[in-house]
Amino acid sequence: MKKLGILLSAMLFAVATIAQGYQVGDKVEDFRLKNVDGSYVSMADFPDANGFIIIFSCNHCPFVVAYEDRMIELHKKFAPQGFPVIAINPNDTIAEPRDSFSNMKIRAREKGFPFPYVIDANQTVYPRFGATHTPHVFLVKRDGRDLRVAYIGAIDDNHRDASAVEERFLANAISAVQRGQSPDPAVTRAIGCTIKTRN
Amino acid sequence: MKKKLSILTFFTVLFIYHVVHASKSDQLKVYNFEEFEHWLHKETDSIYVINFWATWCAPCVKEIPYFEKLYENYKDQKVKVLFVSLDFPAQIESRVIPFIERMNMQAQVILLDDTRANRWIPRVDEEWTGAIPATLVYNSSYRKFYQREFDYEELKEIITPLLN
Repeated sequence: MKKLGILLSAMLFAVATIAQGYQVGDKVEDFRLKNVDGSYVSMADFPDANGFIIIFSCNHCPFVVAYEDRMIELHKKFAPQGFPVIAINPNDTIAEPRDSFSNMKIRAREKGFPFPYVIDANQTVYPRFGATHTPHVFLVKRDGRDLRVAYIGAIDDNHRDASAVEERFLANAISAVQRGQSPDPAVTRAIGCTIKTRN
Repeated sequence: MKKKLSILTFFTVLFIYHVVHASKSDQLKVYNFEEFEHWLHKETDSIYVINFWATWCAPCVKEIPYFEKLYENYKDQKVKVLFVSLDFPAQIESRVIPFIERMNMQAQVILLDDTRANRWIPRVDEEWTGAIPATLVYNSSYRKFYQREFDYEELKEIITPLLN
């Protein structure tokens, strides 16, 4: 009886873990989301990419704002190496009107985002990834015909001050992937704004 | 005489300004994680409700009155409510303290100023991804971390069985 209990809890734990979204190593399903320029963006549109820097992002969150310039730098540095940034706004735009599609267009123009800034309008993509907050990064790498998660978490270890960063988690993870190694750490954490849903 | 009076007035005003200013800063203590961590492991017979929030976090702001109500209704029953602000320290005077005053927050508020979140987030709870609002509830026999929003009834449901 006790054994059954343990088995059941183990199964429940496994289910709970799956429900949380992709883990490192998991195969990533493509998406098709509307970009600020009106086009639709999928990872399949980038056949030459070695992977993607998927950043769940938005307009209103101060932690995102603190990272916008670094997101631009990341794209400029790593897109030519085959790792473009795709920023996805996962927030419900009625729950958080500041993250509306029209405000996304304004923000993308103001900052001159060189990467796609797309909206998860039906809120179906972020739960698959298991994104919980903005900014929340998923580094995806090409693995034969598949795309797999290589790293989950923060861009670096200092949201407030880019010049005081000690560990560039994401950049280090990309370097590791480029060397054919597994990123270490493969998961990091940072404070962020919870993803907004309609109640 | 007039000159002396004006000098006196000047210093009185200066004095009052300093007193008011000092008390304002006293309202919000700022800690790094090492200084804060003991709050997560108090070994007393109280129930600790520790809420991580920020003024810019809309769902956090929404639930503050429920935590305040919890504090108000249970402060005589050994329930300690602590608000841990994750606001930017540069905005303490301009934003955080005015917010605390406007909301008339009575439970204790501190500000956690520690950028190395990847190091300290798992020390609050292994399950925490970093999204706020987030709340830790614990006493000597119970410990649970909630990465979610609450209303008052939900908070009460958690606290009630711990009171006996």
